[in-house]
Amino acid sequence: MNYLAVGVAGMVGALLRYAIGLLFLPDRPVHEVTFPFGTWIANGIGCFALGWFQTRVFSGLSSVWRTAIGTGLIGSFTTFSTFSVETVQLLQSGNPEMAAIYLLLSLWGGLFLAWAGGRIGRIQAKRAG
Amino acid sequence: MTLSILWVAIGGFLGAVARYAVSRRIPFRKGRLPWGTFTVNGMGSLCLGWIIGSAAPPNFLLFAGTGFMGSFTTFSTLNREAILLKQENEWTPMLLYLGITYGAGIPLAWLGYWAGSTG
Repeated sequence: MNYLAVGVAGMVGALLRYAIGLLFLPDRPVHEVTFPFGTWIANGIGCFALGWFQTRVFSGLSSVWRTAIGTGLIGSFTTFSTFSVETVQLLQSGNPEMAAIYLLLSLWGGLFLAWAGGRIGRIQAKRAG
Repeated sequence: MTLSILWVAIGGFLGAVARYAVSRRIPFRKGRLPWGTFTVNGMGSLCLGWIIGSAAPPNFLLFAGTGFMGSFTTFSTLNREAILLKQENEWTPMLLYLGITYGAGIPLAWLGYWAGSTG
């Protein structure tokens, strides 16, 4: 049951990530390397959402829903492999500065948003009693 | 377009299930590094590097790259786990976890990319 739920939720997460990727597709030729906004935005939203979800709504849900949303939906919506390959592509195309900015923005942005999501979720949970 | 959505969907389904299977085998326990997430992120970076480097056909790229590897690896869990380590004041494991994830992930992606583009 958990496996099926994670799979279906993971499918939705992957499609949402794909949609954001298409939305932020650079308006330029494919061979021209640009800042990977799509991945960065999906990863940022996902970090905040997971922190918030686990502190605000987690306890009110059954374990199937927790796993489906946390591991399946949000887990699949964000991606590490695309991030690391994009960093390599930026380096290989002679854009080491952009690669460094992408790395630092992902590292610090991800940590900050995961922290902020958890903090806001906890405050809301406390207020709701 | 319709078909491309289908490829991403199937890959995303399988990738999430595979990651869940790994996380069940190697769960994140208190006082330990999150080896499960580290494993999927490292393996996924290597494989996606290879897929992109070998210039795979578009549908395979959508299925195996955007779908499977995209879902098999995760960025949200990585950061959530790092914050959980911080909250336990486990500063050394937290820095170590971030260090090995980024420090191995990017070279593995490069290795895969290189192997794919030369092989």
